[in-house]
Amino acid sequence: MPFKRILIANRGEIALRIIRACKEMGIETVAVYSDADKDSLHVRYADDAVHIGPALSYKSYLNMDKIMAAAREANADAIHPGYGFLSENAAFAKACEDAGITFIGPSAECIARSGNKSSARKTLTGLGIPVIPGSEDILASPDRACDLAQTIGFPVILKASGGGGGRGMRIAHTPKELAEAFCLASGEAKAAFGNPDIYLEKYITNPRHIEIQILGDKSGNYIHLAERECSIQKRYQKLIEEAPSSFVDGDLRAELGNTAITIAKALGYTNAGTIEFLVDKDKNFYFMEVNARVQVEHPVTEMVTGIDIIRQQILIAAGNRLSLKQEDIVPRGWAMECRINASDPDDDFMPSPGKIESIVFPGGPGVRIDTHIHEGYMVGPFYDSLIGKLIVWDQDRPSAIRRMKRALDEFDIRGIQTTIPFFRKIFQNQAFQKGDIDTHFLDNM
Amino acid sequence: MSDTKYEVLSPLMGTFYRASAPDNPPLVEAGQKIKASDVLCVIESMKIFTELRSEYSGVVKEILVENEDPVMKKQVLMIIEKQ
Repeated sequence: MPFKRILIANRGEIALRIIRACKEMGIETVAVYSDADKDSLHVRYADDAVHIGPALSYKSYLNMDKIMAAAREANADAIHPGYGFLSENAAFAKACEDAGITFIGPSAECIARSGNKSSARKTLTGLGIPVIPGSEDILASPDRACDLAQTIGFPVILKASGGGGGRGMRIAHTPKELAEAFCLASGEAKAAFGNPDIYLEKYITNPRHIEIQILGDKSGNYIHLAERECSIQKRYQKLIEEAPSSFVDGDLRAELGNTAITIAKALGYTNAGTIEFLVDKDKNFYFMEVNARVQVEHPVTEMVTGIDIIRQQILIAAGNRLSLKQEDIVPRGWAMECRINASDPDDDFMPSPGKIESIVFPGGPGVRIDTHIHEGYMVGPFYDSLIGKLIVWDQDRPSAIRRMKRALDEFDIRGIQTTIPFFRKIFQNQAFQKGDIDTHFLDNM
Repeated sequence: MSDTKYEVLSPLMGTFYRASAPDNPPLVEAGQKIKASDVLCVIESMKIFTELRSEYSGVVKEILVENEDPVMKKQVLMIIEKQ
């Protein structure tokens, strides 16, 4: 057995997902929980549970000392961080390493390397990996910005060095627009982040978000589990994911997969990870970033490959060599996932916390639900709005769409607003049905 | 509520913050003069931060909740004396 007892440093659906994998592997589990989660399913399902503090994340799920103390108290020999919270925190991975507890993820050093965008960009450019052309250096003046834009080609996007979330971002198609946008973007960046510094990148028109799932063991063996497409996004938050992508053919799949493995090797990456790319309409692709953890949307890959990604993470962390070879990975059929969020699509996706008065889950062939909610569950305001994931599988994309529509119609949650009615509309949309999507799809719908 | 007073209500269930960032000073103190559209506090719900702005100019009469307290939708957070 790889480990005797794994502590899960997370909550919600991903904590349940990890507990389920552990149970199937015969590994004991330890849950941690805040005041807000004392009645949660992850506490009930785990073999042992340790209270780690008040509801506010920084006092509980983000509190490294409390989680390390819980791991020692419960005699855990490994920690699975899930996603979010401490999952990509190099200091936490280091604390585990120092305490002799296996961190189920990449090494602390590798997390730091993957997280530093500008140095990762330099390393990868050196290897000939395409990154979005531009400069991460601060632009001193509109003239300097214009010179750079002429070199890399219009349109370009100006971005604030100090932050993200769309503020301080401006798109320019001509030198004249760029000069105006420079001042506006700089002013906006100063107001939003107290820092007027901006940099410039080539603006990829209507790109698709396509990512590659990789697995790497501690002996330097790597495979990829092909792509997921996550182009349906709102404010950079993914809402629908699918595997495979209707845009990716065999050649592009092989090219993206090989590039992802090259990147993983260059970063000394181990365990499960995701390499994100933007792909333009001419199938040029650009490296975006590495997600050094399991992802929310990992089930779509599991459904088409039949591989349990959490189980692989645990086996790799325990030092096992990959038992799978690249030629064993043959994606079959089509999987799609809808993120069920407690937010109100009729009110600009504002949070909608509250009590689940009643719930009816969809079922039948090819339907998977990963969720921690149940009748009477209190969806509090303290954590992410993700309350569950509805995943379907079928032979091909049109069949998967029909199955998802059927499952969405069956899904009935009362007491709070959710994204379910919004997904019903998207799955009726003709452009979506044809696979004619990009990251701006929801802006234009 | 009389015509001269105005209650600041929480628009949604969440956590009440008196400052816009953990290390920043409180946005307003009781007794402080404020202008319409000044930011009074921040409510966090499901990792979304909403700044609450004053609808009127006046004086912060009372702050009814502590920093980091959980608040309910429509709960009274502050009382502003209009000027």
